[in-house]
Parts: sequence; structure tokens; C-alpha cells
Amino acid sequence: MSAPPAAVSLAGVGKTFGKGAVRALEDIDLAIAPGEFVSLIGPSGCGKSTLLRIVGDLIQPSVGDVIVNGKPAHRARLDHDYGIVFQSAVLYDWRTVTKNISLPLELLGWSRGRRNERVREMVELVELSGFESHHPWQLSGGMQQRVSIARALSFDPALLLMDEPFGALDEMTRERLNMELLRIWERSGSTIVFVTHSIPEAVFLSTRVVVMSPRPGRIAGIVEVDLPQPRGAETREQPRFFELVTEVRERLAGSGAATAPTEPALVTEERV
Amino acid sequence: MSTVVQPVPRSFGRTIGRRFRDWLPALVVFVLVLVAWQGLVEVFNIRQFLLPKPTAILGALRDNRSDLWSAGIVTFKEALGGFAMGSTAAILVALVLARWRRVGGAIMPYAIAANAVPIIAFAPITNNWFGLLNPMSKMVIAAVLCFFPVFVNTLRGLTSVEPASIELMRSYAAGEIETFRRVRIPNALPFIFTGLKVASVLAMIGAVVGEYFGGPLDALGVVIQNNVALFDFPLAWAGIIVASAFGIAFYAAVAVAEHFLTGWQPAADSRSD
Ligand SMILES: Nc1ncnc2c1ncn2[C@@H]1O[C@H](COP(=O)(O)OP(=O)(O)O)[C@@H](O)[C@H]1O
Ligand SMILES: [Mg+2]
Repeated sequence: MSAPPAAVSLAGVGKTFGKGAVRALEDIDLAIAPGEFVSLIGPSGCGKSTLLRIVGDLIQPSVGDVIVNGKPAHRARLDHDYGIVFQSAVLYDWRTVTKNISLPLELLGWSRGRRNERVREMVELVELSGFESHHPWQLSGGMQQRVSIARALSFDPALLLMDEPFGALDEMTRERLNMELLRIWERSGSTIVFVTHSIPEAVFLSTRVVVMSPRPGRIAGIVEVDLPQPRGAETREQPRFFELVTEVRERLAGSGAATAPTEPALVTEERV
Repeated sequence: MSTVVQPVPRSFGRTIGRRFRDWLPALVVFVLVLVAWQGLVEVFNIRQFLLPKPTAILGALRDNRSDLWSAGIVTFKEALGGFAMGSTAAILVALVLARWRRVGGAIMPYAIAANAVPIIAFAPITNNWFGLLNPMSKMVIAAVLCFFPVFVNTLRGLTSVEPASIELMRSYAAGEIETFRRVRIPNALPFIFTGLKVASVLAMIGAVVGEYFGGPLDALGVVIQNNVALFDFPLAWAGIIVASAFGIAFYAAVAVAEHFLTGWQPAADSRSD
């Protein structure tokens, strides 16, 4: 019996921008098994978003191979293997909560009845009942992000790519959504690749934490998170949790991240 | 804590009601200006050809209302035809340029240069092309006037989309047509209406001014001009008022369509807090 194909397999992936002027990523080798929850952590500008975009076939690597569910990333994208959640919710203002969640289902050609049923499940899953016909601008940031997560999950993608999804939220909302995300992950059995710059968040959520070094981004180390599942509020109080947080912090420091200047998050108002 | 902005009911009646209260001061100013106008003309004995009294204009309006109304309809039809042609062409060209940016780069400089051309100056030429009595001669002027504001706004709306929303569509393996249909065009809708509102006003101007260069006797621009020539200034002013009324009604109709088609937008007063 052969092992199931890795959910994500990166071999020798590198990325340079602008004719080699910016070396964003170098020598990335990583295999993620189905059902894993892997966090990417590293200083700002180390290429976390770039790596996520490469996995999602939104940009092409300059070198290396990206295999997702046993097929090239491009094929996986055409097969709707990805659900993506960005730092901003990226909801469409002209659509209600319901219609935002059903957008991917419309594109997949689901019948109206099937769509409605699934949207109802999703609204319940992310606890937005009562807000179905609200427009995004009528929701708080945390609620918007929940809609975005529901939309990404609506079509049962094998792989969920999340780029600092809770980065813009306050601490309390963030912890609550962390719990919700774990619950959703346990129920759906999907694979999650999660970008964050919060060490405790990475340790709390993940089965593995991938620590990246500053530019050019490389894998500086991988920390196996052996905290018991399912996790809950008490997980954050276990001595092992603190040990792992310290371990990740030391890996980051060892990679030169602590000495590297941390750029403020660049919010580019570019429009296309 | 999470705050939830309560949806603001945007019932059409309520909106009108609020508008009325907002407009009340303007209405008072309007009446005061009319009274002052009447008073000044009477006190200083200003002659009719300079400025007729509001009461004289109202009288002319009342006595000729059916002729003026039908003249207004003739001119409005020209404006409407030009508006439809110009706006449709503008939206189609904007769609093409938003889809093929290279083409846009090649064409944009000429579009901007063309906008600087005083299009009204072509009215005698289009009268010549299509014939004075052919409504098409006025429609073309109105259409050309409408084109630019609709084109520029539509193009801006189609291309001012967050890159992440395009990436999202890409992650769903959506093609260009789907992306236009579900993201770019809905995103552009409020912009398109901004352009259409400007165009509605320009269309009426184009039709009336086009008629000043000659047109059928039952058209508003011709009625105004002929009565000036006949020294019947109150009637000429009454014609101007009818032209304004049609212009305002046209603008209002576009605004109502906007309300129904882009009603999802945050109401101005819920945005500000
Ligand atoms: N489209 C692009 N063109 C040029 N440089 C880019 C582009 N995208 C990212 N970069 C650069 O690549 C590096 C990594 O960026 P990113 O992946 O966004 O980092 P992170 O998400 O870890 O903060 C940065 O130096 C950034 O400036
Ligand atoms: Mg990033």
C-alpha cells in the first residue's frame, strides 16, 4: 500500500521579483500531509504571502516544483482544491452575507436549492445566524472574516490557505476565532496552511510550525507541536505550550529575525 | 467588542421625506430670489428684453403650456436618443479597454484629447450631415457629449477593484467573463451612474444648443430662439424653464434608477460614524 499523496509538496521552490532584484524565497522544501494544520511564521517581508500565493497558483515560482494533492498547482486550482482567506475579508459589498458565501458555489454551477442548503450550514458553522441578509459594511471586522472563512469552506476545498486572517482583529475576537477555526478544521478534516506573525497563535493552532528566515525567505526550522488534540482554552495554560512558544521564538531569533528590521505592514492601495 | 452597524432602512418614501426636509432651506431661497427678482424689475423698471418679470414668464408659461410641453417632448426625445447612444457606446468601449489594457493605453490619449474639443462647435456640421429636421443631427451631438463622462467613470469603476478580489476569483478558476460579470461590473455600477447623471444633463444641453443652429419649428431650442427674434422675451424665458424642467426630470429619473440598482451601498449617514 502506498502512502496517500502529500497535500502540498514543495521542492526547491524559489522566487525572485523584478529581474532578480528582490530575492523573496530560496530553497523551500516542504511536504504537508493531508489533514495537517501548518503555520508559516517569520518576520514581515520574509515571503510568507509569496509562498502561500505560489502554493495557490496565484503566482508562479521562479524555480522549483509545487505539487498539490498529487497534481501540479495549476491543475489543483482548476479543480477547485483551494479555499483562500486573506487578511482583509475581501467581501463584495453588493452581495449580502448569504450571497457572498454562495459565490464560489455559483461559479461551480451548483443548483439554487443545493446552494441555499449549504449556505445555511455555513452560516450556522460560523455563527452568523440572523445576519444572512446583511451587507458586509454592516458587520464588524470579526464577522466579516467569519463570512470570508465560510465562503472559503463552502465548497469543501481540500486545502485551506489563510494569510494572516486574524491579523487585523482585536485580541479577544482573535482568540474566539482561533477556537472556531480549530473546531471547523476538526470537523472538515481539510488541510490548512496558515500564515501568521503571532507566535502563540501559531503554536496554539498548528500541528507544525514552519519558521522562516528574513529575506531571502528560507525555512529556518520546523517545530512539531505535540500538544494534545482537541485544544481549548486550557491548552494556552499548559507548561508545554510555553515551552513550544519559547522554542519557536528561539528559532526565529536564531534565524536573524530578531535583528532584522521589522517593516510595518505595507498596505498598498493599488487597484487593478 | 464587536460593534454592528445597524442597517439603515432605505425605503424610497423615507428617502424622499428626508430629502424634502434637506431641501426646505433651498426652497425658501428659491422663493426669496423670485420675490427679489420681481421686486427689482418693478422698482428699477428694468426693460423686458433684459429681464422679464417672473409673473410675466409664468403667464407666458401658462398661456403656451401645451405648445411648450410638446416642444419639450420633441427636444427631450433627441436628448434621450443621444444619451442612449452615447452612454451605450461609452460603456462598451470602457469594457473593451478594461479587458485589453494595451488597447486602452493606445487609445486613452486620443480620448482625452477628444474630450477637450468643444463638441457643440460641430452642431452646424451634424445639421449638415443629417439634415436640419432630422432628429439624428441633434442626437449625435448629445451622444458625443454624453460619451466622455460615462466612459471615464465606467473605466475607473471597472479597474478600481482590490487586487485580492481578482485573486479570489482566480482561486475559484473563474475566467475573464465571470470576473467581469461578478466583480468588475458590479463594482463599476456606482461609477457608471455618476457618469450617467452628468450625461443626462449634457444630453439636454446638447439637444437644445443643437437646435439653436436650426431645427424643426416645434423643437424647444427653435421656439426659444424664434421668440427672442420676435422680442417675446417672457415666452423665450418660459421655454428655458421648460428645458430646465426636462433636464432636472431626466437627472432625477437617472438618480431613481441608481437608487434601485445600487441600493446595496452604505447610506451616507451610516457611513460617517
Ligand atoms: N509583486 C511583487 N513585486 C515585487 N516584489 C514583491 C512582490 N510581492 C512581494 N514582493 C517582495 O517579496 C518579499 C516578500 O513579500 P511577502 O511575501 O509579502 O512577505 P510577507 O508576507 O512575509 O510579509 C518582500 O520583500 C516584498 O517586497
Ligand atoms: Mg504577508
